[in-house]
Amino acid sequence: MSAVGSVGNVSPQRMRFEAPLALRNGATIAGYELVYESYGELNAARSNAVMICHALNASHHVAGLHDGDPRSAGWWDNMIGPGKPVDTRRFFVICVNNLGSCFGSTGPMSTNPDTGEPYGPDFPVLTVEDWVHAQALLADRLGIERFAAVMGGSLGGMQALAWATLYPQRVAHCVAIATAPKLSTQNIAFNEVARRAIVTDPDFHGGRFYAHGVVPSRGLQVARMIGHITYLSDDVMAEKFGRALRREAASAGAGDYRFTYDIEFEIESYLRYQGEKFSKYFDANTYLLITRALDYFDPALPYGGDLAAALAPASADFLVVSFTTDWRFAPERSHEIVEALLANRRRVTYAEIDAPHGHDAFLLADPQYMSIVAAYFDRIHQNCLEPAVPVSTQSVEEAA
Amino acid sequence: MKARHGFIESASSPAAGLLPVDGGSEARALRPDLALIARWMPPNSRVLDLGCGDGALMAWLQTAKGCTGYGVEIDDAAVLSCVRRGVDVIQRDIEAGLGMFGHDQFDVVVLSMAIQATKETERVLREMSAVGREGIVSFPNFGHWYHAWSILRGRMPVSREMPYEWYNTPNLHLATVRDFEDFLAKLGLEITGRAFLADGEPVKWLPSQRATQAIYRFRRAAR
Repeated sequence: MSAVGSVGNVSPQRMRFEAPLALRNGATIAGYELVYESYGELNAARSNAVMICHALNASHHVAGLHDGDPRSAGWWDNMIGPGKPVDTRRFFVICVNNLGSCFGSTGPMSTNPDTGEPYGPDFPVLTVEDWVHAQALLADRLGIERFAAVMGGSLGGMQALAWATLYPQRVAHCVAIATAPKLSTQNIAFNEVARRAIVTDPDFHGGRFYAHGVVPSRGLQVARMIGHITYLSDDVMAEKFGRALRREAASAGAGDYRFTYDIEFEIESYLRYQGEKFSKYFDANTYLLITRALDYFDPALPYGGDLAAALAPASADFLVVSFTTDWRFAPERSHEIVEALLANRRRVTYAEIDAPHGHDAFLLADPQYMSIVAAYFDRIHQNCLEPAVPVSTQSVEEAA
Repeated sequence: MKARHGFIESASSPAAGLLPVDGGSEARALRPDLALIARWMPPNSRVLDLGCGDGALMAWLQTAKGCTGYGVEIDDAAVLSCVRRGVDVIQRDIEAGLGMFGHDQFDVVVLSMAIQATKETERVLREMSAVGREGIVSFPNFGHWYHAWSILRGRMPVSREMPYEWYNTPNLHLATVRDFEDFLAKLGLEITGRAFLADGEPVKWLPSQRATQAIYRFRRAAR
């Protein structure tokens, strides 16, 4: 495997925070740890930092490899690396595993210092805003006062929006991809199906399954299966699997049904495989927590639904990207964000990428998508790192 | 094919109608109608450029006139060009509506050489005049003598401004200068400026027959 364009081998780092963090639900959490990765070099002026915010089932491992294993490539390795749209030769890129996640940061699997047992269901219910505050504390410790960009897709895009309003002075550019200003009713409904699958699994034990030496594997599998369906478009599923039957090569009966409720179609096999894989590495309590954080995100709520008012504190320039076939975070949701930013006279560029892959498209390397992000990061580079060079976009801002 | 393009080649003058470029920051010359629009644009205006193409006008206005604002464009390659030249662009079909823009959000709304390709032309003009205090439209003048001549010879006109055959043209709503003025009046829009170009050169005499492009500036008439 060629190392060209990859940040190469990377190692996660860990930071501990003793000071209590006040959470939106009224609780506090102290003595927590955050795991993160970073790529590239922070420049002397500390002006080239980019914060990547991860989505539901992703982690801090955005780019590069662990121990040279080609299967361990980061979840946004096509986006981040030397010569890639977010070029690590220019930018210092960081991604934090969010609180409550299950990839090393303190979460429901961690030991509750009050009981000596895993938190399980006692881990506080977190919000997108809580995550952003925790990320900001980590940025403080790294000496990053202001990010050249905060960027994320899906739930990560919600964090990027929250960053831009909670810490306006710390975000020069906000890149919000395949995201929404709040979940739709249908989205909450899907999340609820996934959660019910988990909590009704007999192995869930009210969230204290760790003590029983089991995981609610069946519930997690169903949760993942339904999630996966919503990440793909109807067309892509049809193209990839169609109605093809799952057959062992030897017993291939030329299209004959077997008249069984076991796996018959390829799509069933695929979903079960994805579900099983997921259930082996993802924590059930984390799945509940993160889907709930998705449901709760609604920055316009305190403003009577007025998203423009909610985004008014932001001072960043914005890049908003959506994908035509994404029905989980449809282009219309991005239009709402753009409309609110226009009302606030914010600088905003909006690209609607014609890609067939549904919500998953934000993780794939569509050429137009990659080119737009690359061009926008060129502009970020000019705005944040070359203030001496007269740039049209900057002279306009200064004149205004 | 070639013979029918004689009209295009004979009068073309690549250097015509160009604006001097301030500071050399936007070296590329503007298309003549865009250069005229740029000249009309009040400094520091908030501009919406509908069908902005590669963003050349917005880039020039930002650099030379301190303007701010956005382009609106549907074409992928053009959107990418805008991002590359530092122009904020909203990827959107202007026919899908300008609903995401608020009333009077802009000082000037520009629609250059695109109105003839709109389906719901009246709606586009109405929305345009709602989101901006002033509008500027450039369009190919169908009243040009060559078009009449071409039809007299039994051929649909093909020109530099409308380089399409009848079967593949995107142009749906072609108008003459007089048609367009009537249209603006019907919409309650008051003409505040007009200019005419023939292959990039200003036309003073008989513009309704001699201009290949017309450029109008208008605002909502006081009631």
